[in-house]
Amino acid sequence: MGDVVSLVAKRLGLGLVTLLVISILIFFAVELLPGTVAEAVLGQGATPENVAALEAKMGLNDPAPVRYLSWLAGAVTGDFGVSLISEERVAEKIGPRFANTLFLAAYAAVIAVPISIILGVIVALLRNSIFDRVANVVTLTFISSPEFFLAYILILYFAVKTGMFPPNSTLQSDMTFNELIYRTFLPALTMVLVVMAHMMRMTRAAIINLLSSPYIEMARLKGVSPWSVIVHHALPNAWAPIINVVALNLAYLITGVVLVEVVFVYPGIGQLLVDSVQKRDFPVVQACCLIFAATFILLNLAADVGSILTNPRLRHPK
Amino acid sequence: MDYFVVGYYALLIGGSCLAAYFQQRSAFLLLFTLTLVSFVVGIVGGQGALWTITVIAALLALAAGTSYAWREFLVTISGTETAKAFRTMPLTASFGLFVIFTYAVMGIFAPVIAPYGEAEVIGGAFDPPDENLLLGGDQLGRDMFSRIVYGARNTVGLALVATTLAFVMGAVAGLLAAVKGGWFDQFMGRFADVIMSIPSIIFALLMLSIFGANLYVLVIVIAIIYSPRVFRLTRAVAGNVVVMDYIEAAKLRGEGTGYLIRREILPNSTAPLVAEYGLEFCFVFLLLAGLSFLGLGIQPPTADWGSMVRDNATLISFEDPTPLIPAAAIALLTVAVNFVVDWMLYRSSGLKD
Repeated sequence: MGDVVSLVAKRLGLGLVTLLVISILIFFAVELLPGTVAEAVLGQGATPENVAALEAKMGLNDPAPVRYLSWLAGAVTGDFGVSLISEERVAEKIGPRFANTLFLAAYAAVIAVPISIILGVIVALLRNSIFDRVANVVTLTFISSPEFFLAYILILYFAVKTGMFPPNSTLQSDMTFNELIYRTFLPALTMVLVVMAHMMRMTRAAIINLLSSPYIEMARLKGVSPWSVIVHHALPNAWAPIINVVALNLAYLITGVVLVEVVFVYPGIGQLLVDSVQKRDFPVVQACCLIFAATFILLNLAADVGSILTNPRLRHPK
Repeated sequence: MDYFVVGYYALLIGGSCLAAYFQQRSAFLLLFTLTLVSFVVGIVGGQGALWTITVIAALLALAAGTSYAWREFLVTISGTETAKAFRTMPLTASFGLFVIFTYAVMGIFAPVIAPYGEAEVIGGAFDPPDENLLLGGDQLGRDMFSRIVYGARNTVGLALVATTLAFVMGAVAGLLAAVKGGWFDQFMGRFADVIMSIPSIIFALLMLSIFGANLYVLVIVIAIIYSPRVFRLTRAVAGNVVVMDYIEAAKLRGEGTGYLIRREILPNSTAPLVAEYGLEFCFVFLLLAGLSFLGLGIQPPTADWGSMVRDNATLISFEDPTPLIPAAAIALLTVAVNFVVDWMLYRSSGLKD
């Protein structure tokens, strides 16, 4: 087991370092701004006194590395400073919205993961048949469509023409769970369609890759039944690629949410990020980017650790 | 029971019987599955759903026919060597080439094809379509059709520029890393890791918030985001070539790095690189479309597909699907490029499974 533990520890350490480098990148990218942040925020009508006052308020007079360290210390404890536009605490702004985004992603994942893995395995078993080709073309079409295209098609048919679902997903705080599920169905469905296509293709590739390995052919040649080949020979080795596929697509869900949230006016962190980019509200942009990047890295990390832990060769070393 | 429904099922079932009789296994499976699906869909959605299926099937048949004719055309006009490649091309790839050709014509001859200029105000806001305005007016009364035609030039052109820049940056760095190795290789590898661990749209939004949304920033940011992918692939492909004996021989002859890259490595790694260029284009194109949709891409009054969808989205709530046309144009081109890339990867890998 020592092997596995050290591998996992190494991977976790690498993930932490990446996160640190990215926080540096996100913080110092704003330093690249021509002029100072204060000038950019105040715009054309800035007087030198205004700029100096704002700089003092934002603590811009400290050297950059000092500010980075205090920003990082704040970020680790969940304090991202104050918004430049509304003067609210960034953390209070982001908190409930992040929960909404996670809810939407989880909703989509619960539907997409089981269906796409089952379909992916079926398509892999039927490979090179007409179903496989049709599935290939259909999934490719979904992958190639921009998210907002799918979203508007769904709005056109399910909201405008038939009126089955609401076209936007604004939330009230006193909604019941069922109402929540109903109102967020269309954004979730959009993400399900995109992610399902990705996952099906990746599952198919992983399973086909596995089925072409020599030990599967050996099992077939010695007369094991097809079902038993899948369950006893292929599946134990298939967990690693499948876990990888799921984690990668969850990471995709978290970031793909930005466009979908904007289309459906869903109060999530993605919409906040886009708004803040347009208003150039840097503390909020930095905080959102850090949260997105951290989630993305954590899920990728989970994929790697998962595939290390489920790898039979590593679990039972010679 | 309507004549349409009777004819619909008679055609499908008759078709499946014929396919079964002539032992066309896949055609039979396809037709019969379609029949079964139609039962379910017809009961749930009524006759309208069956009409939708018919229209989709007719469109698919039209696309297949066009692709077939286009393939024959390509085979006829090209020389013996390329004709051989085209003859074995699947219909999907032929369809892809046809769509790319159409878009290229539309983009290059945009001023000739479009009846009006891209920023010319013709009528009132959201004017309904007539013989003058083929697809109606947009939110400022500009001709939607002309703007879609110009969009082919602006949106696709910008994506091509950004992809090419990303590709050149990534490929040069990858080739140098493979030839030189050492600290340069290590440094570029780690740098690529960091860039790739940030979600692309998030990184783009961060950079655009800092530098503002203008075209140069957009192109450079997108090139930086996507060059690590090219870098990794080039590094891997060239890494396999660099260890060959003929490279060693060239080195012993005293050839320089430039010669090695141009004359020895590149000719032996073009196939995967060209396929990667196509894939890269799809990613860039979709990211650009998303950014324009958010209002952070190509700025008005330049016609652009992503922002056109956003600007005219109100029409959708009046059951008017016109704003979906530019979005569909984005999807169609991406699908087409993907089809061609699939075919090229299949050819270059020699995989038969």
